[in-house]
Amino acid sequence: MNAVQQAVSTAPGFDVERVRADFPILRQQVHGKPLVYFDNGASTQKPQVVIDAVSDFYAHDYANIHRGVHTLSERATAAYEGTRDRVRRFLNAADKSEIIFTCGTTEAINLVAQSFGGQKVGAGDEIILTGMEHHSNIVPWQLLAERVGATIKVVPITDDGALDLDAYAGLFGPRTRMVGLVHVSNALGTVNPVQSMIETAHAHDVPVLLDGAQAVAHTPVDVQALGCDFYAFSGHKIYGPSGIGILYGRRELLEAMPPWQGGGDMITTVAFEESTYAAPPYRFEAGTPHIAGAIGLTAALDYVDAIGLPAIAAYEHELLAYATAAVSELPGLRLIGTAPEKASILSFVLDGIHPHDIGTVLDFDGIAIRAGHHCAMPVMTRFGVAATARASIGIYNTRAEVDALVVGLRKVQEMFG
Amino acid sequence: MSDDLRELYQEVILDHGRKPRNFGPLEEANRHADGYNPLCGDQVQVHVQVEDGIVRAVRFEGAGCAISTASASLMTQALTGKPADEAKELFEEFHELVVGDGHCGDKLGKLVVFAGVRQYPSRVKCATLAWHTVQAALDDDGQEVTTE
Repeated sequence: MNAVQQAVSTAPGFDVERVRADFPILRQQVHGKPLVYFDNGASTQKPQVVIDAVSDFYAHDYANIHRGVHTLSERATAAYEGTRDRVRRFLNAADKSEIIFTCGTTEAINLVAQSFGGQKVGAGDEIILTGMEHHSNIVPWQLLAERVGATIKVVPITDDGALDLDAYAGLFGPRTRMVGLVHVSNALGTVNPVQSMIETAHAHDVPVLLDGAQAVAHTPVDVQALGCDFYAFSGHKIYGPSGIGILYGRRELLEAMPPWQGGGDMITTVAFEESTYAAPPYRFEAGTPHIAGAIGLTAALDYVDAIGLPAIAAYEHELLAYATAAVSELPGLRLIGTAPEKASILSFVLDGIHPHDIGTVLDFDGIAIRAGHHCAMPVMTRFGVAATARASIGIYNTRAEVDALVVGLRKVQEMFG
Repeated sequence: MSDDLRELYQEVILDHGRKPRNFGPLEEANRHADGYNPLCGDQVQVHVQVEDGIVRAVRFEGAGCAISTASASLMTQALTGKPADEAKELFEEFHELVVGDGHCGDKLGKLVVFAGVRQYPSRVKCATLAWHTVQAALDDDGQEVTTE
């Protein structure tokens, strides 16, 4: 048992004060008020163990990986490859060769769209996406569709912010080649019924990519149980470093996929006549990666797993319900996204007050939220708003912070009302 | 409310944000431009009536935050009756006010209420969107302008 596991497992149940103590950034004031960080949907803060892991790695073990015969390179390589196996365990993938390092969810999706999509999607073919995708699970497919002459079909969103599953089932046809689906919506908080949606797609022999960026920190993920073909997530949204992300791909699919970026580390041999490419996962990892980011990711996953995602999910679910009830008391507040299954996200608008003004005024109370379209402009269009204010809950948020948010929102309403 | 917050959201800004002046279409307009801030999705349409090189009327439409709405509203008041070539100078002074070191000329009048925006780089684009847009309308290149 490492230090993290020991620290957390000695606490009975979920002890939020203990968790808060692990995050040094929370011990500060902003505009003279204790920081209340409700922008976890954009990025999460880092516990001391992650900061230490990255810093210790640079202080003691750093070198390039997969290269030198020297001691440091071997240490760095072992730690880096150790993260690959750590992620395999985290996602319950069958084999660590199914875990590809990327710089984030966005790069992971671009990889699939360009390599897998480029191979499987042709003129006249169809790609199914949903109306609640983040731009990063829309634009890579649009680039592909424009290049090959394919079309994109969109699963509509219901009034409460869920996906219209009947419409989804009706979108499949003989030319459907791919489904791109967000696990948890960053703009609405909706947890999609991904398992049954994957079953629907597989019944039509269509592979599915899940965008897990907003899911992994809030709900346990088992890629084998889900049966998904690809799963993408980012380190920085699960208390790890930014600049490191993961693509899980089923081995048989990865093996058939062509490289997408060329460079060092992804080849077997290079000659000007012809180069041959490494097997997965290395085929998809050209160049020197974010090595320390991977080290930090292991520390983050250790941290999260030591607390336990079921316990985190239960705590956050309760806090989200509390926050939903609390803000619903405010006159003129409209929640955007009220699906029965939600995680972390409280997206709302206040009558006659622009979300940017809400965000600025709350910041003066030390409260950090996001205001804008959340890189999900089609969702904004669907609900007839230009932008929303979004408070997104993380592992360290408390009821007292929700109360502070409500007080802050009342102040906003007084000021602009 | 903290002093810093009052400094940013001055009473004039709140007033013009709530009740924008010169808001709506302008039938006599002979110059138009659309402005867009991709950061927040705010959009503004500016309509200008120019005769003999003089801005006879300016009106705007669209939806934005208090700062961008108030900025557009106060801008329409500041430009009405001015020679069209002075609009550019005024914008330069205004721009200096919201991004510069606090020095500004004496032409700005009421517009100095936006001085507080300087402390909040993420809000500078809110304050300048309408100005970029009116500039495009006066240049009449018909292109949508963005703050990016």
